[in-house]
Amino acid sequence: MFALVANQKVVIDWPCFWVVLGGSFLPRGVYTVLLFKMQFMLLFSRQGKLRLQKWYVPLSDKEKKKITRELVQTVLARKPKMCSFLEWRDLKIVYKRYASLYFCCAIEDQDNELITLEIIHRYVELLDKYFGSVCELDIIFNFEKAYFILDEFLLGGEAQETSKKNVLKAIEQADLLQEVWWFQIWPLSLLVFSRISPAKPRHEYFNVPVY
Amino acid sequence: MALKIVKGSIDRMFDKNLQDLVRGIRNHKEDEAKYISTCIDEIKQELKQDNIAVKANAVCKLTYLQMLGYDVSWAAFNIVEVMSSSKFTYKRIGYLAASQCFHENTDVIMLTTNQIRKDLSSPNQYDTGVALTGLSCFVTPDLARDLANDIMTLMSHTKPYIRKKAVLIMYKVFLKYPESLRPAFPRLKEKLEDPDPGVQSAAVNVICELARRNPKNYLSLAPLFFKLMTSSTNNWVLIKIIKLFGALTPLEPRLGKKLIEPLTNLIHRSFSSRVLIFICFGFFKLAHKKSFSDVIVSLCYITVLISLSSGMPNHSASSVFLRISVVKYLGLLAMSKILKTHPKSVQSHKDLILQCLDDKDESIRLRALDLLYGMVSKKNLMEIVKKLMIHVDKAEGTTYRDELLTKIIDICSQSNYQYITNFEWYISILVELTRLEGTRHGHLIASQMLDVAIRVKAIRVFAVAQMATLLDNAHLLTGNMQRNGICEVLYAAAWICGEFSEHLENPVQTLEAMLRPKVATLPGHIQAVYVQNAAKLFATILKNQEGNTDSTAAQETSQMMIDRLPLFVQSANLEVQERASCILQLVKYIQKLQQKDVEVAEEVSALFAGELNPVAPKAQKKVPVPEGLDLDAWINEPPSESESEDEQPKAIFTKEEPKHSRPRHTEVDEKELARRREARKQEQANNPFYIKASPSSQKVYQEAPGVEHIPVVQIDLSVPLKVPGLPMSDQYVKLEEERRQKERAEKKKKEKKKRKEKRSGRGKKHDSGPESEEDITPAHVVDIVTEEMPEKSSKHKKKKQKKEKEEKEKKKKKKHHHHHHHSDGGGEESVQNGTVEEEEPLTFLVFPLPRKVCDIQGNLQDGSQVVVSVIFENKSDSFLKSMEFNVLDSLNSKLQRPEGSGPHDGLTVPFQLPPGVSNEARFVFTVQSIVMPQKLKGTLTFIVKDSSTHEKLDFKLHFTCTSYLITTPCYSDAFAKLLESGDLKSSSVRLEGVNMPFHHLLARICFHHHFSVVERIDSCASMYSRSIQGHHVCLLVKTSGQTVSIDAKCDEPTLLGNVLDEIKQTFSQC
Repeated sequence: MFALVANQKVVIDWPCFWVVLGGSFLPRGVYTVLLFKMQFMLLFSRQGKLRLQKWYVPLSDKEKKKITRELVQTVLARKPKMCSFLEWRDLKIVYKRYASLYFCCAIEDQDNELITLEIIHRYVELLDKYFGSVCELDIIFNFEKAYFILDEFLLGGEAQETSKKNVLKAIEQADLLQEVWWFQIWPLSLLVFSRISPAKPRHEYFNVPVY
Repeated sequence: MALKIVKGSIDRMFDKNLQDLVRGIRNHKEDEAKYISTCIDEIKQELKQDNIAVKANAVCKLTYLQMLGYDVSWAAFNIVEVMSSSKFTYKRIGYLAASQCFHENTDVIMLTTNQIRKDLSSPNQYDTGVALTGLSCFVTPDLARDLANDIMTLMSHTKPYIRKKAVLIMYKVFLKYPESLRPAFPRLKEKLEDPDPGVQSAAVNVICELARRNPKNYLSLAPLFFKLMTSSTNNWVLIKIIKLFGALTPLEPRLGKKLIEPLTNLIHRSFSSRVLIFICFGFFKLAHKKSFSDVIVSLCYITVLISLSSGMPNHSASSVFLRISVVKYLGLLAMSKILKTHPKSVQSHKDLILQCLDDKDESIRLRALDLLYGMVSKKNLMEIVKKLMIHVDKAEGTTYRDELLTKIIDICSQSNYQYITNFEWYISILVELTRLEGTRHGHLIASQMLDVAIRVKAIRVFAVAQMATLLDNAHLLTGNMQRNGICEVLYAAAWICGEFSEHLENPVQTLEAMLRPKVATLPGHIQAVYVQNAAKLFATILKNQEGNTDSTAAQETSQMMIDRLPLFVQSANLEVQERASCILQLVKYIQKLQQKDVEVAEEVSALFAGELNPVAPKAQKKVPVPEGLDLDAWINEPPSESESEDEQPKAIFTKEEPKHSRPRHTEVDEKELARRREARKQEQANNPFYIKASPSSQKVYQEAPGVEHIPVVQIDLSVPLKVPGLPMSDQYVKLEEERRQKERAEKKKKEKKKRKEKRSGRGKKHDSGPESEEDITPAHVVDIVTEEMPEKSSKHKKKKQKKEKEEKEKKKKKKHHHHHHHSDGGGEESVQNGTVEEEEPLTFLVFPLPRKVCDIQGNLQDGSQVVVSVIFENKSDSFLKSMEFNVLDSLNSKLQRPEGSGPHDGLTVPFQLPPGVSNEARFVFTVQSIVMPQKLKGTLTFIVKDSSTHEKLDFKLHFTCTSYLITTPCYSDAFAKLLESGDLKSSSVRLEGVNMPFHHLLARICFHHHFSVVERIDSCASMYSRSIQGHHVCLLVKTSGQTVSIDAKCDEPTLLGNVLDEIKQTFSQC
């Protein structure tokens, strides 16, 4: 069984170098419009299929589609050993591949690449904890859960909760609230319950080496 | 009920759930679109059902489809339905769908306001959380305005989970509704010391983002943050704080010194945890003041270097992401930071960086390119550029090649061509660059060519020769008829050949090249330049041939012009056509004269006489203002909201003010100006859609204003170009070497002499270069104009500029004003005291609407109460009942509701309306500040008896400042005393073209604006009124002819300004 973060030891106590890595200290144009830290986050597969998208900037659907298409192509064209950063239009793209999934974030010029990598990694860890060694299919079939986790972790492009434990706790309690309802109808229809509750399809996994 | 649930769940059994949909899509790989369209049909069916579970399921599926790129905007209303479900399960799905699918223009968003408000105040923290999360994705200015209050309350919620989210979302609210910043800020500041670290970090986040936009306002928070920095152990928070300090240090240099110690501590800690190399990162960003000790700098620097050269991060292998490429990237990034402060130490590692240019990874190459910019010197420029040129040839992918091209030009042209010693070399580099396929930077090359040719006089002969060749081979550049970027170069070439045509070796040939039929395929603006410069060339040719006894050659040239020009006369481009037909007629006339053997050359060349001089960007300042020209005088009537509160004239009322002019402006002291500028900037900064004008590039060639605006077109050349007869830049590298050697030898001889001599050839610019570089004398000299006065600078230009500036300022002020007064950003203001503006009825409202008129009156007994009497008139044919009147409260004004009702409940109107009947109802509002006019949004719901349907009517209540005034009689002696007391601020306004008797005018002011006349003498009257909060408002109205001037005094300048505005409006409408 292949998990996205298997055998990647998680560095728990982040060293203080993060501290000094803080983004640019001289904003280029102080009065240029600074929107949110993270502009958007995309999850897509090696085949270029979008698995998750979260936009923190208001854009029309058409633009979103265009950006997604271009970005997926650019990122997929890069070789595995290349570095995780890339300048695209006036944004910086930070991406990382976990098994068959690419996690890709867009940040502004002044923002810090490393912290974004860290955010991506955190998110993957959260998914991993929640689903119990997560795989791409978990995200496909429970995409709303993946969104819920993301929403608990990031709000409007900012990391809102840095403690993994707290995020998971919030999600679990919210899930509990949701589950109550399923138990209400569950005597009525066993069938419904078994179909709706997140049954994890574990039959196919991609055997892709972990980077 | 139970049956319904059972039925619902049985229905569900036959529905697809999300998993089925996903599975289905995976199984229908070949006909995915078809499968999905059937799914969408099913979903539409499901959405029609009453069962909310089915709906939620459908919405969930839609969210998935939306992600796959299908349009689901049609289901927006259903999403709102699911959002408003009372069950958390559905609510969660609904909000998720909304956050994914809604955007600012989704019109159903306005329906959600109350639902969101309800969820925000829900006892269940997860309901609130879900609503906040959703809101963060689709908050609109309207939502922000309406919900700002609720979110602010949530900032002090008992649960940190909610507080945290509320604090973060406040930032979004500030962006959409900047007015909320002021009232919310104290609470935000409080949150910096919240016991919960999550909330604290959220507050730091928000303040940091705010400070990045406008650091000045947050300087006062520095001590607080300093404390946080030394005490906090949360690294995420620390990062943010340091970022914030980064924004603050440029404003407060002392801060930098103070930060050294805690920062070094942090760095030591990170050293001890043995992790990384890149400590220097943010550090160097801070070090721009060179306040950090060199030791630390070099320490960090060495570590970066090690990682770069060895390519092997020492301990970082354990770290998850730090691949070699990542380390390299970061190393280069760090170097670029060091470069700013310690350029020498980076320069010594040129080879290493040049190596990185060969990297496979484009990101790394781009980083290395960035570094090169700062590394060049006179010595190594040629070498570096040569390397880059090789890369240009090798590079695949146009983006990278374009990047290289711009970098080459940037490197060469930086600080006034400081590092270029041989301009012939540079011109040939530029010419070589024109051979690039598919570049979109043709205009950049063109502008460089023009710049160099104009400013370096010595190079002109060479440049002209090159450009002539280029023109001759123009067919190669424009090869396969494609409109491409590189043909912009021809623009420069044609212009240079024309302008400096006296240097041309064979002008006739060039003229011939410029008039080839193929030229007609070029873009219009280039053709125009061709035509114009053909005329210049023609003039030169005539001049050259004048001396000859045989005039046939000259006549042949004229004939050629006459033959070729009609092609351009037919051009579709207006500019080309116009110029061509002008010149054609001119040439025809010349030909006539030539046939009569008249000498025309002198006169023809007089058309293009005069040399073009470079002008320094600041030269305008040196032009003296001619006497009698008042640049600060208003050309148009100044905006009414002039800052007259700043003035403090001695007289009670200023006497006749002839014009709102200069003194008004100059008296405004520096501070005030700065404050206003700040306010304006802040407003701009707060406006997420304000795009700052890019600083105009002050290029010296004024003849070619179009270069920047030339549309960029793509080139698509299949054949690589080899332009015959063009020199290769490489040879210059060799030549340069020889030249330098020679110079060195010569120099040795003259060394002693030279020392005493002043170096006159170069400007001051180059003093900064290191000694060894200074020894390299350039082969050509650039005209570096710094502060010289241009010869032809015209005076009226300045006036124009000034005027434009003023106008701009006016506009800005106006904008500011609008912004301030009513949040909905404009629209017509009603003059009538408190009219109800009816909004356009919603589309689903087809019912004939009742009309309403209302009057707003202040309550004298209570300074904060305003009574609004609304007249409801039923203009429909049906009986209306159960009317409910509701207004969305703002921060400032609230509808008074009976005790026990919630803050968002409507008030019942105590009567029913038969058709055609009108009645009046009164509502009391509590108002905090009365100095600003205000608009409140509200709704009236009612039931139509016949159809027994609920209908809704939206309206706006406009609280003008006048409505806060109460007619109060005042005696003239009390009035005089009041004016003399001196604590009143004054302001004035002028009304033009008021065509009514003076007593009508006074009556009008009394009636519409609640004033009473104190005294009237001839065409002059004093008036008085009081606001409900006891502000005195005094007016002195004078009339002469059609002009009415109103001088006013009040103890509240804002209120006064607004009242005057309203008075002005009253008269502008009559």
